[in-house]
Amino acid sequence: MAFESLADKLQSALKKLTGKGRLNEKDVKEAMREVRLALLEADVNFMVVRDLIKKITQRAVGSEIMESLTPGQQVIKIVNEELTALMGGTQSKVVMASKPPTILMLVGLQGSGKTTHAGKLANYFRKQGKNPLLVACDIYRPAAIKQLQVVGDKVDTPVFELGQEDPVHIVRKALEYAKENQHDMVLVDTAGRLHINEELMNELISIKSAVQPHEILLVVDAMTGQDAVNVAQAFNEQLGIDGLILTKLDGDTRGGAALSARAVTGKPVKFVGMGEKLDDLEVFHPDRMASRILGMGDVLTIIEKAQASIDLKKAEEMERKLRTQTFTLDDYLDQLEQIKSMGSMQDILAMIPGMNSSKLGGLKIDEKQIPRTQAIIQSMTPRERLNPSIINASRRKRIAAGSGTRIQDVNQLLKSYEELKRMMKQMTDMSKGKGRRGRMKFPFM
Amino acid sequence: MKDRMEKKGFFAKLRDGLTKTRNNITSRVDELVKYYREIDDDFFEELEETLIMADVGIHTTEEIMNYIRDKVREEKIGDVSRIKDLLKEKIISILEEGSRKPELAGPTVMLVVGVNGVGKTTTIGKLASRFCREGKQVIIAAADTFRAAAGEQLEIWSKRAGASIIRHKEGADPAAVVFDAIQSAKSKKADILLCDTAGRLHNKKNLMNELEKISRIIDREFPEAHKEVLLVVDATTGQNAIAQAAQFRESVGITGIALTKLDGTAKGGVVVAVKSRLNIPIYYIGVGEQEDDLHPFDPEDFASALFDS
Repeated sequence: MAFESLADKLQSALKKLTGKGRLNEKDVKEAMREVRLALLEADVNFMVVRDLIKKITQRAVGSEIMESLTPGQQVIKIVNEELTALMGGTQSKVVMASKPPTILMLVGLQGSGKTTHAGKLANYFRKQGKNPLLVACDIYRPAAIKQLQVVGDKVDTPVFELGQEDPVHIVRKALEYAKENQHDMVLVDTAGRLHINEELMNELISIKSAVQPHEILLVVDAMTGQDAVNVAQAFNEQLGIDGLILTKLDGDTRGGAALSARAVTGKPVKFVGMGEKLDDLEVFHPDRMASRILGMGDVLTIIEKAQASIDLKKAEEMERKLRTQTFTLDDYLDQLEQIKSMGSMQDILAMIPGMNSSKLGGLKIDEKQIPRTQAIIQSMTPRERLNPSIINASRRKRIAAGSGTRIQDVNQLLKSYEELKRMMKQMTDMSKGKGRRGRMKFPFM
Repeated sequence: MKDRMEKKGFFAKLRDGLTKTRNNITSRVDELVKYYREIDDDFFEELEETLIMADVGIHTTEEIMNYIRDKVREEKIGDVSRIKDLLKEKIISILEEGSRKPELAGPTVMLVVGVNGVGKTTTIGKLASRFCREGKQVIIAAADTFRAAAGEQLEIWSKRAGASIIRHKEGADPAAVVFDAIQSAKSKKADILLCDTAGRLHNKKNLMNELEKISRIIDREFPEAHKEVLLVVDATTGQNAIAQAAQFRESVGITGIALTKLDGTAKGGVVVAVKSRLNIPIYYIGVGEQEDDLHPFDPEDFASALFDS
């Protein structure tokens, strides 16, 4: 389902206001209706929305519009800042116990992803040099223990289980086992529940008092609707939680549940689950979640990714080469390397605002193409790379054989290289001719 | 606990399951009715909020509100308490319009799909148990070969229900499992073949392709069977359920929905939105953790249980 992004809606709603110096009450009210709809569409809890709108309105009315911004952008800026603030300033980590083992307990509704995330956490902490132990306390769901064992196997972490015994007994024994076997982390997987079920909630409370976990993490499905508030509140009030894990965020949900759960409990989101594989666990970034809820894509992530993987010096060199028209196949190869190190093209494109999954549907990027192209270029001699025009039929044949491709592939590459060069020539000509180019604007700035 | 649950009748359970929803919507409506003496803009706004809180979603809420506003204007309704009936009427009409029930006469293949963690495997278990009780011969295809121990979980359910199960190893090709299950269903002349599938997020292209392949295999290998495609939706899901339904329908043509976990505090209002926007009927609702806690969906009952206290 393609949602029109809030940024677009606000821009068009406030288009006519361009040039005004201050936001007045009427403009803001109109904008707030759009913000309200967007937040509700994103499943942010209704009460949370109401408070937020009130706060934003207060701040926005009478605020001076920055010179570089349109009124719409100004409103988005305020909304984004408030959302980020509500998400909880900076990311927070799991605090390790001064005397190991550190005990983490995972709780949550059925199907939120507790068992999978117990495995992901084990994997995450193993990579940090810890020696975790998984404890199977879900004695109700058929085959839950087996699932944890399979997951534990995959991440090379032992699983402690005593079958369908009393969970309090299991967890006590597990703790003894962990101490004897030098496990410095204990991850307790518990049975999923609907929080109205007091019997199971009481069981969690007894587990908690039996082992005194250092942190209790509530696992929340990012697709949860208005009910997220009730869930988070119930677990927090009856059990006391220390943080949230937001799962299934690799879907196309806006994830307003995160904001709601955070707002009513005041507890930070510590991790987000981004996929089905056991290393798809990320540390939470409040600012990015804010833009996601507003439908602005993950602009910050893409900027950061690009910065991390593109060597500035190389970029400058590239720019010079582009300007002076000395872009060779060697440079092409360099560029491919950089693109590859940024991660999957599809991931990157998906992070661009306005590029939601439905739009990407038709656009399939063949990632296998990149190594193939690299192989072709690497099969050329340095002279050929500098001056591709010397590549005649017999050279083509040799290159194809050397790279394990077909002659058509070599032709295709040379053709796209020429096209790229021509495009670049046009671009540099254009910027030379027309002088200063327009300022690039991101919708959220 | 089990005994207590089993003694309860069907309606008692349904009502229990829906109590939270009902309390939520009706008590708020009652509150509003008491509070407001006149039908004014503030009243409509509060009513709108009540629907949104039940996950009905902004679009469908607006549709319902427009209907009620029009009615109030046309019929010059000044009595605030009439609003409750109007709300109920409207919700029933949304749920009933063009609705249908699963067709289970003759050999039937029911492909069960959905995102991760909504309760597909459990729903299959309950369906198997239901069909077996009706005296049907049921075969289950354990085509969730991805999630750890999904096969084991289903095996336990199938034993409880008395259905046969076709399983391959974890990581096997799910289409192959379905293929084998179809051959088995044909030779045993089974009445119903239930196909479990791995949970998948609807925006994962390759996983949706895998599902399309399974669906194609059913069409090709078992053309004489009637095919139902059941989308399992978790009642706690918010507006994303609409995107899920739209995407799964595009890939494999959803014929009906099973709404699970209605016994929690979730309101399940999103079904109204799904029905209204995509016209996909709701076949079943899940209101508990026992084998017999899956019931056919009935719009009238659903809306009544929602509004009558």
